Amino acid sequence: MSSDKKKNDLWAFLASVKLALFTFFTLAAASIIGTVLPQGSEFHRFVHSRGWSPATEKVLQVLGLDDMYHSWWFVGLLSLFSINLIVCTIDRLPNILRLVRLDNLGLGVDRIVKMPQRREWFTAASLAEAESAFREKLAAMGWKTARGEHGSHVILSAQKGAWTRLGVIGVHTSILLIFVGAIIGSSLGFKGNIMLPEGTSSTKVYAADGSNSMIPLGFELRCDWFELERYDNGTPKDYRSQLVVLEDGREVMRKAIEVNDPLVYKGITFYQSSFQLLDGSFSVRITDRASGKSRLFHIRPGREFKWPEASVGFGIVNQQRVYPMSLRHKIWFNDPAGDPVQFWVNDGGTVPVVRGGKTYDFTIKQMYATGLQVAYDPGVWWVYAGCTIMLLGLYVAFFMSHRRIWVVLTPADGGRVKVNFNGTANKNRVGFENLFARMAESLEEDDSIKLTRE
Amino acid sequence: MTSSTLLGITTIAYLVASGLYIGLLVFRAKKLGTLATVLTALTFLVQTAGIVLRWIESHRMGYGHPPLSNMYESLVFFSWSTVIFYFGLEFKFKNRILGAFAIPFAFLSMALASMFHPDEIRPLVPALQSNWLFAHVMTCFVGYAAFAVACGLGVMYLVKSKSQKKEGLLASLPDLRVIDDIIHKTIVFGFLWLSAGIITGAIWANSAWGTYWSWDPKETWSLITWFVYAAALHARFTRGWGGTRIAWLAIIGFISVIFTYYGVNFLLSGLHSYGSG
Repeated sequence: MSSDKKKNDLWAFLASVKLALFTFFTLAAASIIGTVLPQGSEFHRFVHSRGWSPATEKVLQVLGLDDMYHSWWFVGLLSLFSINLIVCTIDRLPNILRLVRLDNLGLGVDRIVKMPQRREWFTAASLAEAESAFREKLAAMGWKTARGEHGSHVILSAQKGAWTRLGVIGVHTSILLIFVGAIIGSSLGFKGNIMLPEGTSSTKVYAADGSNSMIPLGFELRCDWFELERYDNGTPKDYRSQLVVLEDGREVMRKAIEVNDPLVYKGITFYQSSFQLLDGSFSVRITDRASGKSRLFHIRPGREFKWPEASVGFGIVNQQRVYPMSLRHKIWFNDPAGDPVQFWVNDGGTVPVVRGGKTYDFTIKQMYATGLQVAYDPGVWWVYAGCTIMLLGLYVAFFMSHRRIWVVLTPADGGRVKVNFNGTANKNRVGFENLFARMAESLEEDDSIKLTRE
Repeated sequence: MTSSTLLGITTIAYLVASGLYIGLLVFRAKKLGTLATVLTALTFLVQTAGIVLRWIESHRMGYGHPPLSNMYESLVFFSWSTVIFYFGLEFKFKNRILGAFAIPFAFLSMALASMFHPDEIRPLVPALQSNWLFAHVMTCFVGYAAFAVACGLGVMYLVKSKSQKKEGLLASLPDLRVIDDIIHKTIVFGFLWLSAGIITGAIWANSAWGTYWSWDPKETWSLITWFVYAAALHARFTRGWGGTRIAWLAIIGFISVIFTYYGVNFLLSGLHSYGSG
C-alpha cells in the first residue's frame, strides 16, 4: 500500500504542471549561460582573453560550460522535460479520450439543464412534433443531433470539435518528435565541410566536430567552376558553384548551387557557405566559333600556354586592379593566322578575337575555391513533422473548442411540452455564449415550433 | 517624398497619438479617444506608405528586397505590427484606454530606429536572399507585437491591482478580470506566432547552412522567450497563479523579447550579426 502510494506520488510529480514550470524556468535560466560564455572552440580563446586562471577554466570545463548545451546536466534537464511530457501525456490521455468519445446522451437530465448556457421554453406542439422540428432546425444550423430517452424526457444532443481536445496532446507529442529527430540526427548523421578549388574533386570531407577526421562520401564531388557577383560597392551579391556528382567516374548529377539553394545527393546536402580566392590562378576558356571547339585552361600570369589542336598560344602579360575589387588582364594571343596580338579583358568577361577567317571567344576569370558545408541528417524530417504538428496543435488547442448542445423535451401540464436548450464549450466561452444566444434567438423566432417563455 | 520623410512624420505623429491616448486615460474625455484613434489610423497609413516606398526605393537602387533586412527596418516593422495588433484589440474589446499602454511602444520603436540606426538602404548579403526572410521576420514580429501589447496590459493590471480605489484615474481602466483575460489571449496569440517564427527560422537555417538549430545566441534567446511564455500559459492551469503573476510574466516575457530581438545583436555575437546594422 505504502509503496503503491509512493509510486503514485512519483507518477503524479512527473506528470505535474509544477514540474513543467520548474523545467521551463530552469531551462530558460540555464540557457542564458551559453549565450554569454562563448561555446566550443571559442571558449578557450575567450577564457584566455579575459585572463582567467587555468584553474577557473578547468572548473568551467568540468561543469561542461565550454559546451553546455551538450553537457550531461543540460541533456539531463532536457530528458526530465521529455519524461514530464511523456508521463503527463500518458496520465491525461485516457481522460481526454473519454471526453472525446463521451456519449452526450448518457448525461443525466439534471446535469444537462445546469450547463453554463441555458434557455427554458414551452411549446404547445406535441412531443413528436417538437422533436422533429428541433432536429430539422438544428440540422439546418449545422448540428446533427442524436436522440435518446430518459424516463419521460426526450433528449437531443449534438457536438462539434470533440477531437479538438486532442490539440494539446498534439503539441506535446510534437516536441517529443523534434527531440527524436534531433537524437537521430546526432547519432546517425554527420556535419562536415570542405574547400574545393575550381576544377578539383574530392571523395571525402572534413568532420565539423573539430576532430579533423575525414568522412568518406561514397561518391566523388567535383567543382567545375565558381562565380562571384558583387554589388557596386564591392560586397558579395551572389556566389555560385557548379557541382558535379560522379559515381565510378561517371557523371550522375550536376547543379549550380548558391547560398540558400544547396545540392542534395543520397541524402547528403552540400551548402554553399564561403569561398576563397586562389591568388594568381586564373581560368581561361577559348572557343572557336566556327568549329564550336572549346577548351578550359587553368593558368598563371607570365607564362605561355598552348592549345595544340587549334595551334593557339596565349598568356597573361599584365594585370591591373579596377576599383573596388575587380581586375583586368592584358592578354597575349597567337595563332598561325598572323602576328601575335595583345588586348585587355575584364576579369569574368569575354572578348572576341578575330584571326584571319576565324573568331575565338576568349573568357578569363579569377579562380576560387568554393567553401561547402556538408550535412547528412536523417532526423530532419522528424523535426519538420514535429514543427508542423506543433503549429497545427497550437492552433487547435488555443483557437478551436469542443462545443456541445442539448435539447431536453419534457411533457408538462396542460398538454404542453417543456423545452430545455443547453450548451457548453471547453474554450472560448464568450464566443460560444454569443453563438448560443444567436441559436436560441433563431429558435424562438421559428414559426414551426412556436416557443413561449412561460 | 522619400520613405525617410514619411517615416519621420510617423515617429512624431505616434508621439502625439501616445500623448492623446495617455490624455484619454487621465482626463477620460471621449473626444480625445476618437482623436487618438483617428490620428493613429492616419499615421498608420503614412507608415505603411513609408514602408512600401522604401521597398520601391530599394528596387530603384537595384537591390530589390523587402524592407525587413536590418535593425532600422525591423524596428519600423515592429512599430507597424504593434499598431495593427493594437487596432485589432481596440476593435475586439471596444476599449481605447488600452492604447495608452500600446501606442507608446510603437513610438519608442520608431524613435529608437531614427535615433540610433542608419536608415540607408543596403544590399542583402547572400545568406539573407531567401523567401524565408519574409516568412521568418513576419511571423516573429506579429508575435513580438502581441507580446509588447501583453506587456503594456501587464503594467496596466499591476497599476490597477495596487490601488483599490473606486474613483479617479484607475477606475476608468477595465476590470481586472477583463485585463487578465486579454493578457492571456494576447499571450496565446503571440505564442503561436513566436513558435512559427522560431520554426521558420529553423527551416531557413537548415536550407542555408544545413543545421536547423545551432544554439546561436539569437536562437537560444528566442527559446528562452518561448519557455517564459510557455510557463505563463501553463501557470494558468495550476491554482495559485493569479492575475498578478501572469501580469509579471507578461512583463518578464517582453523583456526577454527585447533582449532576443535587440540586446543579442549588440551584447552578444552570432549568426544574426547582420541584423545589427
